[in-house]
Amino acid sequence: MLSVRDLSVAVDDKTILRQLNLEVRAGEVHAVMGPNGSGKSTLAQALAGHPAYTVTGGQVTYLGRDLLAMSPEDRARAGVFLAFQYPIEIPGVSNAAFLKAAINEQRAARGLEELDAMDVLELLQQKLELVEMDKSFLNRPVNEGFSGGEKKRNEILQMAVLDPTLAILDETDSGLDIDALKIVAGGVNGLRRSDNAIILVTHYQRILQYVEPDRVHVLFDGRIVKSAGKELALELERRGYDWIKDEVASLA
Amino acid sequence: MTTSAKTLEALATRDYKWGFVSDIEADTLPPGLNEDVIRQISAKKAEPEFMLQWRLRAYRHWSKLERAAGEPKWANVTYPPIDYQKIVYYSAPKRQGEGPANLDEVDPKLLETFEKLGIPLAERKRLAGVAVDAVFDSVSVATTFKEKLAELGIIFCSFSEAVQNHPELVQKYLGSVVPYTDNFYAALNSAVFTDGSFCYIPKGVRCPMELSTYFRINAAGSGQFERTLIVAEPGSYVSYLEGCTAPMRDENQLHAAVVELVAHEGAQIKYSTVQNWYAGDSEGRGGIFNFVTKRGKCAGRAARISWTQVETGSAITWKYPSVILQGDDSIGEFYSVALTANRQQADTGTKMLHIGKNTRSTIISKGISAGRGNNTYRGLVRISPRATNARNYTQCDSLLLGDRCGAHTFPYIEVGNASSIAEHEASTSKISDEQLFYCKQRGLSGDNAVSMIINGFCKEVFKNLPMEFAVEATKLLGVSLEGSIG
Repeated sequence: MLSVRDLSVAVDDKTILRQLNLEVRAGEVHAVMGPNGSGKSTLAQALAGHPAYTVTGGQVTYLGRDLLAMSPEDRARAGVFLAFQYPIEIPGVSNAAFLKAAINEQRAARGLEELDAMDVLELLQQKLELVEMDKSFLNRPVNEGFSGGEKKRNEILQMAVLDPTLAILDETDSGLDIDALKIVAGGVNGLRRSDNAIILVTHYQRILQYVEPDRVHVLFDGRIVKSAGKELALELERRGYDWIKDEVASLA
Repeated sequence: MTTSAKTLEALATRDYKWGFVSDIEADTLPPGLNEDVIRQISAKKAEPEFMLQWRLRAYRHWSKLERAAGEPKWANVTYPPIDYQKIVYYSAPKRQGEGPANLDEVDPKLLETFEKLGIPLAERKRLAGVAVDAVFDSVSVATTFKEKLAELGIIFCSFSEAVQNHPELVQKYLGSVVPYTDNFYAALNSAVFTDGSFCYIPKGVRCPMELSTYFRINAAGSGQFERTLIVAEPGSYVSYLEGCTAPMRDENQLHAAVVELVAHEGAQIKYSTVQNWYAGDSEGRGGIFNFVTKRGKCAGRAARISWTQVETGSAITWKYPSVILQGDDSIGEFYSVALTANRQQADTGTKMLHIGKNTRSTIISKGISAGRGNNTYRGLVRISPRATNARNYTQCDSLLLGDRCGAHTFPYIEVGNASSIAEHEASTSKISDEQLFYCKQRGLSGDNAVSMIINGFCKEVFKNLPMEFAVEATKLLGVSLEGSIG
């Protein structure tokens, strides 16, 4: 589904990702872990097409298409979803109106009919249960005045509603209490199917107790330096990231 | 190129779909202004003597102002001097014979023009729940639902008709809120105004439908000087809307209107404007100079006047819809969205003059600047010594798109007693690249993202507009900012 080859990305002329490689197949959940500053968020933002992240080399193929040649909105319409680490506030625009516009623009791009307000509302109410939020949530302006946990749950709600093919969660688990973490994990597990894939970018092993990954990658200094099964996450939790740094240093 | 830079490039190309010209034969006076022109206007309208005398007094006052200092220079706008002798002060669609007795006799081309503007006047297509007075150049061409309103004692007609049929009301209220001595443009308007709308709601009557006037400038080289007068007797209610468009032309055209509202005890007047005069092109050529005086008087106790305006058009907007809070416990409100794109300039705001006790006023102003637009809020809150326990809340928010536009705020607050409270809040923000990216990441196009963010910004104002207008205003902002980001 997603093939990242030798991807290099710079921010303000500073190279962050260095020839990164990653293969994600349909039906898989990948955890991308790593210490602060290793380039995890850069990978997430670059895949979503944030204009501040300049791709300086490499290719990314998504469902056979050249992802890097697509605009951010076209990537979204093709099923790429990014759950933001720091969700953005849009004052005065209700969650419901925002989601209705997003749903219908994505549907239009796929040649589907628009959903009317009633259909959208029904869909939203269904998905609200998943994130354990009540209806008043829909009338509140997008992320404005939301607590940290509410913002993250709102990202999961959006994800559930937009039903992406490739979901990238950028540290959605950080800063959550255990209840909110379970809700987020539930949202991710609810999305899991054989025809889509999930990339969980995370600093901690904690969420992986609830969402079982197929592969765990360690990102360090802009490269994936280690990939293994879910057991790697436990090892990282136990030993921290320093031994990885030492391993990389000894190879250099 | 950054998003902001693209904003500027793309904004230059916005379309104005109301810019067509109708080919309609007009009865036009030659350009120029003198006492003779005033006499001719008054004669053409077969006005009673008091009107002519009032116009002449206004003209003499205006001439004095013109000789002394000319037009006011304090506004934060720049434009070349206006030659008042080159303006046509009267232009009316030519009438066959006696003029239309009903809609069937109105020139089909006129009906077609309004149809094209989305204002159907023909009986079978009328807008449900909205009575419309259509003003084309200098005269009112049709008023709908007149008979139905008359059953309730409501008078809704063109100003000319009011002068003929209700001269006592006109004489009583004309200039009672905006005297001709008020300012340069009010004096000019009082001298030469040709038509407009008149509305009278009797005691205790709640007007069952929205009253609306649609203004259209068509003739070249002409100014539009209309006058609106609304009188709400004790305990009555009316919601009034006005809309306006003009053809695209390379020269500037002057629009100097006066609106007077009188709300007696316990009466409420809601006045909404969606102003979409032609704004000029990206280089600042053409467009309407919109120099307008609007004021309402809460004459009795617990009267209430609300101004809601969405100003998206005009090359220059100079307008301060105000409320004189004379009656105790009366309420004045001003909700405004002003958009300036390309080279548009707006100096707009309000005056809340608290005279009565326990009077309250609210001012919510949202300024949006894009391109090389320049947006100024200018507002006065004056609480007189005897207006004890008066309250004012003012909120001025500016949104900037791009880095070549400007936003300015000039609040004047004068509180004359110790028991009153005036609050002022202001903010300036930009649409951030992060907001745009967030919206795009959910699949929204750049245009839709900008329009959604702007509508969110304007929400507090839009929610005060009647439903039909809220939809139109939302669309209008969308159209005005189409292509504002790359």
